[in-house]
Amino acid sequence: MNYVFDILPPLLQGTGVTLQVFLITLVLSVPLGLALALMRISRFKSVSGLVNGYIWLMRGTPLMLQMLFIYFALPFVPVIGIRLPDFPAAIVAFVLNYAAYFAEIFRAGIQSIDRGQYEGARVLGLTYAQTMRRIVLPQVIKRILPPISNETITLVKDTSLIYVLAMNDLLRAARGIVQRDFTTTPFIVAAAFYLIMTLVLTYGFQRLEKKYAVYDE
Amino acid sequence: MMNDPMIRAVDVHKHFGPVEVLKGVSLDVAKGEVIAVIGPSGSGKSTFLRCLIHLETVHRGTIRIEGETLVSTDAEGHCRYVPDPEIRRICGKMGMVFQHFNLFPHLTVLQNIIEAPMTVKGLRREDIVPKAEVLLKKVGLLEKRDSYPSRLSGGQKQRVAIARALAMEPDIMLFDEPTSALDPELTGEVLRTMRQLAEEHMTMVVVTHEMAFAREVASRAIFMDDGLIVEARPARELFAAPEHPRTKAFLENML
Repeated sequence: MNYVFDILPPLLQGTGVTLQVFLITLVLSVPLGLALALMRISRFKSVSGLVNGYIWLMRGTPLMLQMLFIYFALPFVPVIGIRLPDFPAAIVAFVLNYAAYFAEIFRAGIQSIDRGQYEGARVLGLTYAQTMRRIVLPQVIKRILPPISNETITLVKDTSLIYVLAMNDLLRAARGIVQRDFTTTPFIVAAAFYLIMTLVLTYGFQRLEKKYAVYDE
Repeated sequence: MMNDPMIRAVDVHKHFGPVEVLKGVSLDVAKGEVIAVIGPSGSGKSTFLRCLIHLETVHRGTIRIEGETLVSTDAEGHCRYVPDPEIRRICGKMGMVFQHFNLFPHLTVLQNIIEAPMTVKGLRREDIVPKAEVLLKKVGLLEKRDSYPSRLSGGQKQRVAIARALAMEPDIMLFDEPTSALDPELTGEVLRTMRQLAEEHMTMVVVTHEMAFAREVASRAIFMDDGLIVEARPARELFAAPEHPRTKAFLENML
């Protein structure tokens, strides 16, 4: 037990890194995903086509590859080439990648709303933007909570990929101790930490779903 | 402007792909008139109603609402709508009630009614709520003000939809088969509400299969078939003695 207390500080530090990547990615990729979804259903073919290609690219290649590309290869790309430090590079990759997934969830949600809702809003004089904000999106949120919850929980665990940029997240911190002390205990502690984080998320999303359960469709 | 009809539609054409749905429909509706539009399904009556409030775009013809042009067609046949803000303003003179209600399920009955007055007209909540309650009382649903639509029967939903449309203070009300999705025992309450509106001299255009309602409440009945108005006469006359053989055949079938 004392050993567990000994290894807690580095593991907590790793958890801090994990939580930072998780929270920043979530806060940035959800609005970006919504914007991409609205562009994807745009009646301008060039806009929706462009977003379609973007989503294909982001979902069609491994997140780890995207992260390595942004960190190692981006500096050598002409014109837009910039050299990002490891943490911002990881964030950019995560946000771009998760926004693509969130975009598809939002799109499916928006398209599942009955056409009658748009017509009902339109004959009352609401503009397209007002219809989206006041009528469609509030209903979309209820419908997409389960897949959003799924994606969010996946994100917690995906953050461990940042070890390829040599950042000390929870899993890499645990592995360091395992290799130093020749014991698997740090892995078990790390697993417990991940479980606690996902448990909090699961509980949070359950609360949200309950809140939206006040009305049926 | 005083002498302009509430609705003037001239030679309205509309097609869905190769299918011609409206083949030149013309109709004037005077203030306070209640028009019942009847006819077999696929005759274009719902499409015509939807064209009036720009839920569908016409391909030829002219539509004027209270003397203001919504869409017009020049001598060369080029059909032009007025700019979007104008469309919204002109269509704002009309309210519409749908077959499937189209209430907003995430809002309570009261919220459904005050949403557009607040968002579109910018009215303050405390100003519109008393008005919404008067409307709810009028349609007999004040005790349901905080219920969600899913808790209501079809007839109650449709009465809320009527109150919601009235909250925008339209000069004209359009009804697209308002009782067709209802159980027969629930149509009466909706028709009563509509009859009450008619008695208050609301200008109404009602697409309906309720022949009794059309005969008793409408000032004029219009029989449409195959994208055209076949017969348009005072409702009692049309039902008592239809002139056109297709009107006759349709009415015989309905009874």
